[in-house]
Parts: sequence; C-alpha cells; structure tokens
Amino acid sequence: MRIVVTVKYVPDATGDRHFADDLTVDRDDVDGLLSELDEYAVEQALQISENSDDDVEITVLTVGPEDAKDALRKALSMGADKAIHVEDDDLNGTDALGTSLVLAKAVEKAGYDLVISGMASTDGTMGVVPALLAERLGVPQVTLLSEVWVEDGTVTGRRDGDAASEQLEASLPAVMSVTDQSGEARYPSFKGIMAAKKKPVESWDLSDLDIEADQVGLEGAWTKVDSAAERPARTAGTIVKDEGEGGKQLAAFLAERKFV
Amino acid sequence: MAEVLVYVDHVDGAVRKSTLELLTLARRIGEPVAVALGNGAADTAATLAEHGAVKVLTHEAAEYADYLVVPKVDALQAAVEAVSPAAVLVPSSAEGKEVAARLALRIGSGITTDAVDLEVGDEGPVATQSVFAASFTTKSRVSKGTPVITVKPNSAAVEAAPAAGAVEALAVTFSVQATGTKVTARTPRESTGRPELTEAAIVVSGGRGVNGAENFAIIEALADSLGAAVGASRAAVDAGWYPHTSQIGQTGKSVSPQLYIASGISGAIQHRAGMQTSKTIVAINKDAEAPIFDLVDYGVVGDLFDVVPQLTEEIKTRKG
Repeated sequence: MRIVVTVKYVPDATGDRHFADDLTVDRDDVDGLLSELDEYAVEQALQISENSDDDVEITVLTVGPEDAKDALRKALSMGADKAIHVEDDDLNGTDALGTSLVLAKAVEKAGYDLVISGMASTDGTMGVVPALLAERLGVPQVTLLSEVWVEDGTVTGRRDGDAASEQLEASLPAVMSVTDQSGEARYPSFKGIMAAKKKPVESWDLSDLDIEADQVGLEGAWTKVDSAAERPARTAGTIVKDEGEGGKQLAAFLAERKFV
Repeated sequence: MAEVLVYVDHVDGAVRKSTLELLTLARRIGEPVAVALGNGAADTAATLAEHGAVKVLTHEAAEYADYLVVPKVDALQAAVEAVSPAAVLVPSSAEGKEVAARLALRIGSGITTDAVDLEVGDEGPVATQSVFAASFTTKSRVSKGTPVITVKPNSAAVEAAPAAGAVEALAVTFSVQATGTKVTARTPRESTGRPELTEAAIVVSGGRGVNGAENFAIIEALADSLGAAVGASRAAVDAGWYPHTSQIGQTGKSVSPQLYIASGISGAIQHRAGMQTSKTIVAINKDAEAPIFDLVDYGVVGDLFDVVPQLTEEIKTRKG
C-alpha cells in the first residue's frame, strides 16, 4: 500500500507571526516548523504501516519554500520512508484552491492508495484542503477522524461532529484527515534522526507537474486580501487580588456590565 | 435585487442560530434564498421566513444523512445553477467548510472561510477575518466567480425581518462521488441542557487549575447560574477531565461570546486563538503573571476553589 502524507511547514505559532508587504504570510522572518497537526497524520500513517501485513510505503509531501525541507526531515525522522518537496518561486501566495491543485497533481504523480492529512494547518486554519483534494482526485473523503482503521482496502473511522459522532466507511483509494484526538504523535528517536539523513527527498517544480504559473501564486488566487491590521491590544482591565471577597467583587463587575 | 444563497444548518427541521445570523448578513448583500436539505427540510421554512428568507429551496433524500458531505455539495451546486446568486453563505462548522470548499472548486469560485463580519464592497462582499490566533484582522474578497463565504457563529445579531419564505422543491441529481463515504452509524451527542458552546452568549471555561474531572462541577455550577455553556482548555481535555467537544482553542472550538469567564487557565496562545474575540473577558487564576490577565476586562488573582463558588452564590443571590 502506498500512503502519501501531506504536511505543511508553518510559522511557529508561539513566535511573532505577521504578514509580508504583499499581504501573504511572512515565511522568511519567522521560525518555521512542521505544523503540529500534521504530526498526527504522520503518526497514523506509521501506525497503519505497523498494523498491516502488507508492505506499506510512506511518502511525505510538502509544497513550500526551501525551508519547508525541515518539515519533511521531521516526518522522515519519525519514520516515513521518502519525501517529495514541491518548490517553485511562482508558488508564493497560492490559496487553498491552488494548493489543492498542486497537491493533487503531485499525489497522482507519486502514486497513492491513501492520502493522509492533518485536520488543518496551524497558520491558515481553513481545514478545507483534504476535502478539496478528494474533490480533485475524485475519490472518497474520510475526514476529521479521531479513530482510524484500514483493512482489506477499506478505511473506517470515527468522526466527532457537533451534533453527533459518526462512523464512516469508504473504499481505497481515499483521502483521510485525522484530528489531534487520533493518537499522540511519537518523538523521533536518535536512530530515526540519523536514518532520516539518508532517506531520499525528491524536488519537483511546477513544470514537473504540468501546472502553469498563472494557475497558482498570488496572481492565480481566487481570493484577494485587501488589508491586514494588527488587532489593537485590549485595554488593560482591572485586576484585584482575592482577599476573601474576590468572588463578590467579580459578581459586582458582572452586574455593572448587566450580565447578572 | 441579487439573490444570496444561505445554506441552512438544521437538525430534523430545527434551524440552528448560526443560520439565522447568516440571514442577517445575507440581507446586507441581497435577498436571502435559503437551501434546506434532508429530513425535516420543509419544517425550516417558517423560521427562515421570519428572519428574511424570500424563498426556501428544499430537498429531502436519505443520501444527506447516509453519506458524508458530497450529497450536500451536489445540492448546493444545483441551487447555484438554478438561482445564479451574488454569493453563497455557509455556517463555519467543520462540515460547512468542507461543503463550501468543494462547492467553490466545482463552480470555479474563490472561497473565504471563518468570516466574522461581512459588508458590501464595490467588487463584491468584503469579509473580515480574525487570523494568527486573533492577533490580526484581515479584509478580503473573492476575486473570481460567485463568492463562497463561510461565517463563524456569533458574527451577527439574529434579527426578525418577515419575508415570504416560499417553499420550492430543489431538483438535485446526485453525482457518482455522492455515495463514496458511507455513514454507517450515528450517535447523537447527549444533551447537557446547556447552550451550544459556539452559540452561547456566555461561556465559562476551566483549565489545568481545575485539577480533576470531579472539580468541573464548580465550573458547571457557575455556568448554570448564568445560563452559560461550559468550555475547557486543551490541558484539561488532554488530562481527560472534560470532553474534547468542549475544548476551546486552536484545535478545538473558537468562541466569541458576550462574556467569557476563564478559571484556572493560563492563557497560552493555543487557548487565546479560540476566545480572544470575546466581547468581555474575565479570569480567575492563582498566578498573577498568567498571560490570560493581559486580555481581561476584570481579573481576580486567587484560588478558583474560593472565588468561583463565592461568585456563583453571589450571582444566585443577586438574581434572587
């Protein structure tokens, strides 16, 4: 079975994230890393492999600038077999629809039985790429799973929605996404980190995927960001130390604001 | 006047509040035409008409409940082709975003997700979004096709605006992909009797400081005294003290209530991402240095096991 795990290199959420002059996410001046939510996707791929009687080959795929290789290395050190890096200057500013095009072409070129993604990126947080990828590939989407089983060419899993918890089932090939409830992601071992250095990382550009420059990037995006403003800091509130009346003082504040 | 499609989130005909908020926003752009699918679709019409829907397109079929996402995309696509709307508005639930994204791709249109406000612009609707854990606000618009926009709960007030709400049957042909992912079982969430987290006007949440599942009773008691929903930080959920469906933050729910009360929550970036846009924020925490105090309108530095029960009692006394 061939599993392709899509991963994203994102600005560190605990760092000072901001926008570049063209209103795209600044990916140069901020430290980046493998999106935490994608670690769960890598983990599930590894578990499926470990629980399978067949040979499973796990390829991690990313679309992003040069530094995005760090995200691939992390996934390889966790235990993935090989990596593909789609990198092209024309990709800067690509929106979710364009990203799904690049991923779909790359997944098809790589060959796949199962695509696994995280539930969302930690920068854009749209959470729509897995659904878009399924739409483009014309295969079932089995998304937002918190429990996963793959057996005999069938994917099943549990999806916890707002109103109900659902049990899903689809045949391979399919696109799956997993939540942060699907199982703690493993830390790379020292052996894993050393082995990752020898694992193959292929680099593809847009011409390798038969994608024209105007289909992606800021120009090819179907949405336009007109402005981005830092949210004004909240005005400093009143802070009191509880000397035995803290609850009553807070109630008085809530009453003053008409909540009580 | 241009028509605006509004996708109706309902459970067996009971319309959810987020859909009524969409009708308020849709009326800024044009005439709302609602699309209600599945069991009870026609029962939504009266409520939708009261809040401004000029038309309600309905289609009932077992596929909507038996298969994931794609049947709804097929139906919305049929509605777009029938109406040629100025925009399509969808509630920003996990499923809503997936439906909206696939629809946008099919109709060759751009998509904006998680809008918190919507206004009319020269080149189509302008969506306000709150990004990077709500540290930035962006304004954006769809530049190709029919704008598809998903809107977060609590982004607009529910307003009465009586309209015709004429029910029309929508003709839907399901695609080959529609039956790709089967829903083989469904377990409805047990009702807590409290408001839904993302829709609630007041949210009371507990974190690491609550220190145990059994102690969440005092958080719940405070919530009940205010008619509030109960939330939890990731630390509390990871510790197994409260269910994941109540998690607030980057990997959980994002809430924007009138009042947010954080108890025993330090206020790490992951948590702030899910609550920073709340109108009034108050916090109770032992640690005076906790970052949550940077956000608050009112903060109490103290032991939540003293402060919260006293607060609950005082609220009950004041409410009589």
